[in-house]
Amino acid sequence: MAAALQLDRVSKTYGAMRAVDDVSLTIREGERVALIGASGSGKSTLIRLASGLILADSQGRGTGAVHAFGVKVQEAGRLSAEVRSARRNIGLVFQQFALAGRLSVMTNVMVGALGRMNALRGTLGLFNSDERRTAYAALAEVGIAQHAAKRARELSGGQQQRVAIARALVQGARLVLADEPIASLDPKSAKRVMDTLVTMSRDHGIALVVSLHQVDYATTYFDRVIAMNAGRVVFDGPASRINAGFLTELYGASAEELILPSQFAVTPPPAEAVLSQTVS
Amino acid sequence: MFATETDRSAHRAAERAVERTMPAPPVTPLATRLTHLALAAVAVVILVFAWHEAEMNPAQLMRDAGNMATLGADFLRPDFTDWDVYVNAMLETLAIAIWGTLLAVIAGIPLGILSADNVAPHWLVFLVRRLMDACRAINELVFALIFIAAVGLGPFAGVLALFVHTTGVVAKLFSEAVEAIDPAPVEGIRGTGGTWLQEIIYGVLPQVLPLWISYALYRFESNVRSATVLGIVGGGGIGMTFNETMRGFLYSQASAILIIVVLTVSVLDMVSQRVRKKFI
Repeated sequence: MAAALQLDRVSKTYGAMRAVDDVSLTIREGERVALIGASGSGKSTLIRLASGLILADSQGRGTGAVHAFGVKVQEAGRLSAEVRSARRNIGLVFQQFALAGRLSVMTNVMVGALGRMNALRGTLGLFNSDERRTAYAALAEVGIAQHAAKRARELSGGQQQRVAIARALVQGARLVLADEPIASLDPKSAKRVMDTLVTMSRDHGIALVVSLHQVDYATTYFDRVIAMNAGRVVFDGPASRINAGFLTELYGASAEELILPSQFAVTPPPAEAVLSQTVS
Repeated sequence: MFATETDRSAHRAAERAVERTMPAPPVTPLATRLTHLALAAVAVVILVFAWHEAEMNPAQLMRDAGNMATLGADFLRPDFTDWDVYVNAMLETLAIAIWGTLLAVIAGIPLGILSADNVAPHWLVFLVRRLMDACRAINELVFALIFIAAVGLGPFAGVLALFVHTTGVVAKLFSEAVEAIDPAPVEGIRGTGGTWLQEIIYGVLPQVLPLWISYALYRFESNVRSATVLGIVGGGGIGMTFNETMRGFLYSQASAILIIVVLTVSVLDMVSQRVRKKFI
């Protein structure tokens, strides 16, 4: 069985800065993974590389190949010819929702079906009753069916994020990549969105990769945590091993950004054992 | 201000002390003064040259005072006897502006998208932009003369002239709107596996449409004004009628035509301005 996501020695350089530095990793089908790291550690770049929204360096140390469910997304700095069919399996959820604000909530959700429907019909916006039903059901599933006819921009941030999740459901995505989906939400909406994401993943067997700033969410909602620092994966292991001491060791002063004061107030256990897990 | 005379004299003494310690005010160096003088001389030479080139002769206004008086008197007595002819000609002018603008908008949509740096390949953007530059650089009057040679005198030549020139203008305005969009909704569509055209329709158009409508209406307003002038060179409409009355020294009729033009343009400007405000 092909992995949901396979990155093989992928790097991305912006000028002199290595945003992602020789990263290889595998996400299994149905797996739920939290991606943590301070600002600028490479989380967002990694997610954008995985979906082929940006191209990896062509002159890297490795092949820079990305596959989703065995379908190539990109390799050696070039998008694969199959990228559109690869993307059909990947749902994307962004920090700023990435919805068309003037279009209705329903239309925003139905566009999730674009990759699977006849191109001409999709271009003309001729969605059939099946697609409408699926979209409405997805909205009901994320709890905002009552807003279906509204313009997307009339909804609150948390509701807009759930529209984006509904879109991924309509898309039939088997892997959802969420780039800081709760970073611009209030705590209550943030929890609602995280609950929706994890429930969706569990109910539909969808693999889920969520980049987060909040370590408490990473440890309570996910089994596996990948931590990044300066473009490299510095930890990849079970969430239970993450604690404040480990984070301080990993990030130094910037660890404060990841730790909520309410959590990890106790003296941490030695971090050496955890650091040995570091993926090279 | 000062409580006593002593205070006042103390203040003056202090002021004098400050004056004594202050350096002498700067004197403009001789070289700078000579340069200024030379520049002023050059400006005078240019003005004198231009006066002769333009055959400026205020005395003529005095010598032909009788003509001026007739002209002025006739203009103050507008003659609306043939008002139906003028209104019909004005309608023709409006028709020229409507079709000239509509065709330009239809052509301007794809050309505007293809000359936007963020959605089209660079080589294409370069080519389309140069083509649009050419359309804009040549005045609609010049285009009218060209099209009169091609399709003969009349409103159709006017429509074609407005069409070509306005296409250059709206394509530029449209492309600037596209270049200013938020890229996130476009990435949202790309992430679902949508095609390039679907990205434009669901990601770009909803963002730029209000601005495009506003630009199109604004161009319609200015095209009504341009269309009146086009008639003077033979492009049909009220300009043609105005030209005929002026050549026949029928100043009262010309005055009536001008009043109709001013009224129509003002009413259209007001209506269009209101409609535009609704879209932004």
